[in-house]
Amino acid sequence: MAVLTIKDLHVSVEGKEILKGVNLEIKGGEFHAIMGPNGTGKSTLSAAIMGHPKYEVTKGSITLDGQNVLEMEVDERARAGLFLAMQYPSEISGVTNADFLRAAINARRGEGNEISLMKFIRQLDEKMAFLEMNPDMAHRYLNEGFSGGEKKRNEILQLMMLQPKIAILDEIDSGLDIDALKIVAKGVNEMRSNDFGCLIITHYQRLLNYITPDYVHVMMQGRIVKSGGPELAQRLEAEGYDWIKKELGIEDEVVEQEA
Amino acid sequence: MIETKLPFDQQYVRSFSTERNEPDWLLNVRLQALAKAEELPLPKPDKTKIDQWNFTQFTNHVVESAPLSSLEELPEAVKALINLNEEQKNLYVQRDNTPAYLSLSEDLKAKGIIFTDIFTAVREHSDLVKKYFMDGVKVDEHRLAALHAALFNGGVFVYVPKHVQVDVPLQAVYVHERAEALFNHVIIVADEGSKVTYVENYISTCETANSVVNIVAEVFANDNAHVFFGAVDSLAKGVTTYVNRRGITGRHGRIEWALGLMNDGNTVSENITRLIGDGSYGDTKTVVVGRGEQIQNFTTSVIHYGKHTEGYILKHGVVKDKATSIFNGIGKIEHGASKSNAEQESRVLMLSPHARGDANPILLIDEDDVTAGHAASVGRVDPNQLYYLMSRGIPKEEAERLIIHGFLAPVVNEIPIESVQKQLIEVIERKVK
Ligand SMILES: Nc1ncnc2c1ncn2[C@@H]1O[C@H](COP(=O)(O)OP(=O)(O)OP(=O)(O)O)[C@@H](O)[C@H]1O
Ligand SMILES: [Mg+2]
Repeated sequence: MAVLTIKDLHVSVEGKEILKGVNLEIKGGEFHAIMGPNGTGKSTLSAAIMGHPKYEVTKGSITLDGQNVLEMEVDERARAGLFLAMQYPSEISGVTNADFLRAAINARRGEGNEISLMKFIRQLDEKMAFLEMNPDMAHRYLNEGFSGGEKKRNEILQLMMLQPKIAILDEIDSGLDIDALKIVAKGVNEMRSNDFGCLIITHYQRLLNYITPDYVHVMMQGRIVKSGGPELAQRLEAEGYDWIKKELGIEDEVVEQEA
Repeated sequence: MIETKLPFDQQYVRSFSTERNEPDWLLNVRLQALAKAEELPLPKPDKTKIDQWNFTQFTNHVVESAPLSSLEELPEAVKALINLNEEQKNLYVQRDNTPAYLSLSEDLKAKGIIFTDIFTAVREHSDLVKKYFMDGVKVDEHRLAALHAALFNGGVFVYVPKHVQVDVPLQAVYVHERAEALFNHVIIVADEGSKVTYVENYISTCETANSVVNIVAEVFANDNAHVFFGAVDSLAKGVTTYVNRRGITGRHGRIEWALGLMNDGNTVSENITRLIGDGSYGDTKTVVVGRGEQIQNFTTSVIHYGKHTEGYILKHGVVKDKATSIFNGIGKIEHGASKSNAEQESRVLMLSPHARGDANPILLIDEDDVTAGHAASVGRVDPNQLYYLMSRGIPKEEAERLIIHGFLAPVVNEIPIESVQKQLIEVIERKVK
């Protein structure tokens, strides 16, 4: 069973500290949700876990099954079992979705152990059908010209094809219509097993109606300030964040005024 | 200082032409061109100084090679370009200056298609060749055009009669083995309402060479004709190349180019499409890789004369090591070419801090009622793209390779012969490694 452990994580971007001591543990079989106002560091946390070069960890640790994740390159982290469905997936012209996915699968399997083309196509067809994706999407260039919703669905396709141990889904619900939301949720739920843990970043309770989290965390000003069960998300949906601020005595950060 | 005196004189040209039984008109063109070559200046590709490049000095103008009795005799690298299993090949192979193999299917022969080496064409279809030879590129444009006309020593002639549609590609492979001088002349004529696809390869089988290559290709899409022209150039380091590919369209004529310019030596490449006829169309797609210390200049131009003409230029280049690549794109709309559209896009990907890449899009418009647009960029591999691919487990080098191949795909995918497309991918692989 996989365990991702984050301890006292401090992260800076371009010299500015964004995360100020995050503690979190995600185990196989668990679904966690993180909610929180815009700009509080949710995507920063996911980028730091995945190893985006712009995000500098200044303090704290991240381990996956005891292995030091912070010492790994981005691709090594992925091969160790981490996956990040990005808030803004890149578009890569000239590289088809299918070729990309095959390269990603083969990178995990290693030289000499490549997946057979037949098997790959069968898996791809199956997962695309499950996600109700147009088969043409396999031969289109990676995310190029995809609509917002199509990009999100494509992230879930990758999740299902790559079968990571721990996945972080950063706003996988943004820009999805209600039917697409259900399909994406169906994909994530399909992954549920004791070997799979998931961190779902979202602004809306709506997604959590379809994917029931075991834990809900609230992030503010670079820290997880409150944790609870699914009922916490419902209260946030109904009442917003003010009550937490009041409860914890958090002042809104003063926005520096440009002269 | 580079020697500018030409190494071959009137007497040489006269005997060279006579030995090949060339008609008088051609001998005269050659002699006049030789005289002009002595006076005319070199071409001036924008932003590249070529006056110290060797375009004129070589000791032997031709080398004799044996024709091939079987394609199996070809080196592996050349064989890989050819579909050996195909029964009815439409294929011309030239070893240095020697026409070495020719095959044209019975079906195409019956339809009156001419596909033969340039010397045979000059003898057997003198009037036809005369009509088009040095008509697209003029002898007096500059020294290299004149020198080319005076000394051309290889090439091919294609003629597709009126209303004949050729659905299979014609392929020409020019193998550079040891020639010091290759002055290749290619003429493609698609007569009214016809359609043809021609794909050529220039490939060196020697690692390095000290050679001069001067290529002129003249492509004519007459009224309502459609020509698709694909090329992959992969001449060795040490070969100094001047290559001029020129297209001329009649009314509603179409020319589409897909050029993979992968030479390892210094290269000046000029590709101009002149949209003469109303409603004609020109589309140029080019990919380029520069490596080592090579200097390359690529000028792509579409010139609109006819009304309602459409011209598109797409160029993607990768530059690494200490290579220099200059990309000049010119969309020119002449006065009277109303309702025309000129679009161009040039993208350069720099893989090394010492490489130099320069994209210069130019629009020259002398008519009000037109549309035009251009986009150009010079950049590095996008770190976010790299991050995205790596976040799926793909190692950095492989991710870079995918991005580069993707970047060059718009042209690679256009090459209509699978074996040639594969070879282009392999050459790119080799060059960007
Ligand atoms: N690459 C970057 N360059 C500069 N600033 C950044 C960068 N990434 C994040 N930041 C800053 O860090 C802060 C946190 O950003 P982050 O994207 O983590 O927020 P978030 O919680 O995901 O917000 P949202 O809900 O809007 O997605 C913001 O103030 C943001 O401007
Ligand atoms: Mg975010």
